[in-house]
This record gives sequence, structure tokens and C-alpha cells, in this order.
Amino acid sequence: MADHSPHVVLEARNVVKTYGHVTALDGVDFELRAGEILAVVGDNGAGKSTLIKTLTGAVHPTSGDILLDGAPVHFKGPLDARHAGIETVYQDLAVAPALDIAANLFLGRELRAPGLLGSLFRRLDKKRMREEARRAMGELKFRLPAIDNPVESLSGGQRQGVAVARAALFARKLVIMDEPTAALGVRETGQVLELIRSIRDRGLPVVLISHNMPNVFDIADRIHIMRLGRRAAVVTPKTHSMNDVVAIMTGAATA
Amino acid sequence: MNTATVSDAETPRSLTARILGTPSVGPLLVLLGFCVIFALTNPRFLATHNLSIILQQTVIIGVLAIGQTLVILTAGIDLAVGAICVLGTIVAGKLVNLGYDPVLSMGFAILLCTAAGLAAGGLVSGLRLPPFIVTLGILGILTAALRLISEGGAFPVRDPFLAWMGNTMKLGGFVLTYGVLIMFTLYAIVWYLLNQTKWGRHVYAIGNNAEAARLVGIPVRRHLLSVYVLAGLIYGIAAWLALGRIPNADPNAMQSANLDSITAVVIGGTSLFGGRGGLIGTLIGALIVGVLRNGLTLAGIDPLWQDLVTGILVIIAVALDQMSRRRS
Ligand SMILES: Nc1ncnc2c1ncn2[C@@H]1O[C@H](COP(=O)(O)OP(=O)(O)OP(=O)(O)O)[C@@H](O)[C@H]1O
Ligand SMILES: [Mg+2]
Repeated sequence: MADHSPHVVLEARNVVKTYGHVTALDGVDFELRAGEILAVVGDNGAGKSTLIKTLTGAVHPTSGDILLDGAPVHFKGPLDARHAGIETVYQDLAVAPALDIAANLFLGRELRAPGLLGSLFRRLDKKRMREEARRAMGELKFRLPAIDNPVESLSGGQRQGVAVARAALFARKLVIMDEPTAALGVRETGQVLELIRSIRDRGLPVVLISHNMPNVFDIADRIHIMRLGRRAAVVTPKTHSMNDVVAIMTGAATA
Repeated sequence: MNTATVSDAETPRSLTARILGTPSVGPLLVLLGFCVIFALTNPRFLATHNLSIILQQTVIIGVLAIGQTLVILTAGIDLAVGAICVLGTIVAGKLVNLGYDPVLSMGFAILLCTAAGLAAGGLVSGLRLPPFIVTLGILGILTAALRLISEGGAFPVRDPFLAWMGNTMKLGGFVLTYGVLIMFTLYAIVWYLLNQTKWGRHVYAIGNNAEAARLVGIPVRRHLLSVYVLAGLIYGIAAWLALGRIPNADPNAMQSANLDSITAVVIGGTSLFGGRGGLIGTLIGALIVGVLRNGLTLAGIDPLWQDLVTGILVIIAVALDQMSRRRS
């Protein structure tokens, strides 16, 4: 790997986020480099989810800067981040359970019918969305029931698959995933990890939040360790062991 | 390893599953059941004359229930349906009786109803107040204000334009008012909006999971506002329909509009928890309410009992909805 100033795609500098008296982020720094899988680990409540929400405009930082390709950005909402090519799989999944798989894949980005039907009558192109959804799920090799089943009829792992597929399908710059394998069995976890690698192989960097150390060491290029709302250290699987990382996470050691 | 691809894992749902899974089948059976009971107990029930009366009686509740459906789909509830509609009848009637142009008067009244929807939507989406409280407040304010404007009592409104919706046409032995046609047209338009456009899909998404809708970038607050505004507009049109049915503006009218419209929506299979259901069910639900009131009237049963039966019906419908949610 190139040690001479690799390109930084997404960066946070000294970001603070408070909720009333609770300090979720206490001046955290963050750096995602081109082409890497960056794992973010930390104890429950360390601020991982809040960090990625500030990076994607879902939450506004109390103070601090966020830079995309070196330029400061101020996302007003998640839509701004999506427009900038950032796709996110949130920990609480962000799916509409009563809508079907295809509708969820295209939620907020629905395709309109061609011609007057679409432009004047605003008609959705349900058929094309279904076809594209089927094709995308096929490419990702995710085992799912028919595309017109409501998401609530899926298992936890399949729902996860829908959320991950949505991100993989639309990302142009980078993908952020908050515990995408938390609810999955071994086989489905393997599929999601495979998916993450294939996203990186397409040239997009991935931020992966996970509590699963073996997964993290299996897949990550670098590991960002959160502790009490700050970045405690950034290490690599080559230089540190799982025990080292856990020790830093809990404050028993420093990097 | 990965031999299972989507194509072989995809199991298309069977026809019976599709039919039973179609939410409006249950309500349709209930509607048919009531029709059979009333037809068996009273031969007059099925007369073309009576059927067209049922439709005419259903029009106002049917149209109010469209707005109610939209609001309930977003996981809200509208307790000001009747009050906003009465606002329309009183304002239009008062202006016309004062000598203003009937078209402008009706237009202004409908605009005012839309503004009432805007106010409700603004409070719900802007201040994030619960829809239940906001619309209950508007109900109280409007009820008092309308009694003041109309000096307490009902007054006649005699104007051909305001009564236009009551005009009739014949369709084979069937007498239809313009109002009935307008109702079906409104159902068709709003059905299209809900089922064939992004706007409608986002209504469902917000009712389903508002936070998810926000995270995928749907402007949730603006969308909610548009729902309440459209509902207000629909209540305004219902006011015109009401004047076509009875040429009378009465501040005490539509006392059971909340009960009836909510019953129509819920019996129609739309979930009070939001995000599930639709307009076809509501149309059937409104017809159930209409058939029930008509059939009980034909049987000579006091209107108070009709409210009682409707009340029982809505509770049963909500209980069923609750149970089906627990199971899933
Ligand atoms: N909306 C909120 N309101 C109040 N406090 C919040 C909110 N969101 C997060 N917090 C607090 O901020 C802190 C960090 O939460 P966060 O969800 O970022 O942790 P996390 O590292 O993602 O934890 P987990 O591993 O459990 O997902 C916690 O103390 C949490 O209680
Ligand atoms: Mg978290």
C-alpha cells in the first residue's frame, strides 16, 4: 500500500455532537482513504453510529468539520449525502416493512415511466423497477423470495440483504454500513462480507461498523477504534492482534 | 458454493394467496353479507330506487373518508373532518346569502377548508404535535367559531350553483346525482396518486417507518403537509356535495362524521398504525356504513342505534387490525 499521502475520500475533524447533557461525540477525527475497507469498532455507546450519522447528514454535528475529497461539506440531510454518492446501511435498517422488496430498493429514487405518462402524469415505472431489482439481486447472488413480497415477510438476514443491496446498487463514491451482519447467520454473513469486498473491488471505499472481531480482521484494511466519543487509535490487522484492539477499545491499553 | 441464485429461490405467490392477501376481499365479503341480510329482511332494500339512495347517502362520508384515509395512512388521524366540511357549507352559504357570486363563494369556501388542512398539517409536521390533538383542537375551535358566525342556528341556502351536485341523471333505470359521479372521480384520482405515483408511495413509506423515509431522503415534513392540504381540499369539495344534498347550512351538522369516516377507513382494511391499506377498501368501507344506516332505517330502527352499531363495527375492525399486527 502506498504510504506516501494516500487520497483521503472522507474526513472528519474534531467533530462534537451533544444530545442535551449526553456527549455522543467528543471531538472525533476520522479518515477514509481511497479503495480501502475501514472498520470502525468500539464498545456500545462509544459513538460509532452517531459518527456515521454525522458523516451522512442524518445528524448535524454540534461543531467540527466534514470534508469530502478534501472540500468541506455541509449535508442538510441524508438526501444531500446520497446525491454526493454516499450510500448508507443504517443499524436500524431504514426499510418500509409493508412495501415490497423492489419498492424498498428504489425508495426515494423511484423511476418514472417514459414519455408523457411519466412527465405529465407522474406515473411510476413499476415494471422496470421490478426488473432492475431482480437483476441487481441476481448479480449480488442474494437468496430472496419474489421481489414483490413485502419486506416484513422476510427474515432478518434477508431484510439486511435488501438494505445492503440498495446501498451497493446506488453508491458512486463510498458505502457506509452500520453492523450489517449483526442479525445474520454464518452463511448470510459470508455473503455480506463477499458483497463488501466486491464493492471495494469496484473501487469504492467502505466503512464497516462491526462488533465481530474475526470479521473485522478478516476483511478490514485498517481499523478505527472508538472510545468515549473519540478516536482512540487507528491500527491495521497486520500490526495488531484482536486482543490489542479490545484492550484499546476498553481503555486497558493505548496504541 | 453459491448455487442458489434469485431465480431458483424466487417462489411466486400462488393465486389463492394473492386473493386472500388482497386486503379488500374481507371488507367486500362484509358488505355483501350486510346486503344479503337486509335484502332478505326487507324486499324494498334491493329496489333500484333504494340502491341509488344508498349511493347518495354514502357520497359525503365517502368523500370525507378519502381525506381520512390519506391522514391515517401517514399514521395520523383526523378528528376535524366534519368540522372542516361544515366550515365550507356555512361560509359558502353565508356569502351567497349576503349576495356574493356563488362560484366565488364556493371557491372561497373550498379554499378556506384547504387552509384549515394547511393549518393542521403545519402544526403536525412543523411543531411535531400529535395529529390527534391538533385536529381535536381544530374541531373545538371550528365548532365554536361556526356557531358564532351562524348565530347558533341552521339557515337555508337556495342557490342553483351551490345545489349543482344534487342534480340527477339517469343511467339505465338508475338515478345518479352529479355528486355520486364526483365521488367516484375523486376516488379514481386519489387512487391513482396513491398507487401509481412517487407521492403515494412516499405516503405509505412515511406511515410505515417515518425515520426510514427520512433516512432515504424523503422530505417527510413537507410530504405530511401536502397530505393534510389535499385532505382539506377534499373536505371542501365534500362541503359542496353536502349543499347539493341538503340546501341547508347547519353548524350542528355532521356530528357523526368522525365516527363514520374513521369506521369506513378502518373497516376498509386500512391500519390505524399507518402505512397499510388503501382507497378501494375505504370505498367499500364507506358503502358498508351507508348500507348499514340505510338498512337499519328501512327496518325502522332509531338513528341512535345506528351510531351504536357503527361504533361496535369500528372497534371490531380495529381489534382485527391489532391482532393481525401482533401475529406478524
Ligand atoms: N438521539 C439521541 N438522543 C440522545 N442520546 C443519544 C442519541 N443517539 C445517541 N445517543 C447517545 O450517544 C452515545 C453514543 O451512541 P451511539 O449510538 O453512537 O453508540 P454506538 O457506538 O453506535 O453503540 P452501539 O454499539 O450500541 O450501536 C450513547 O450514549 C447514546 O445513548
Ligand atoms: Mg450503533
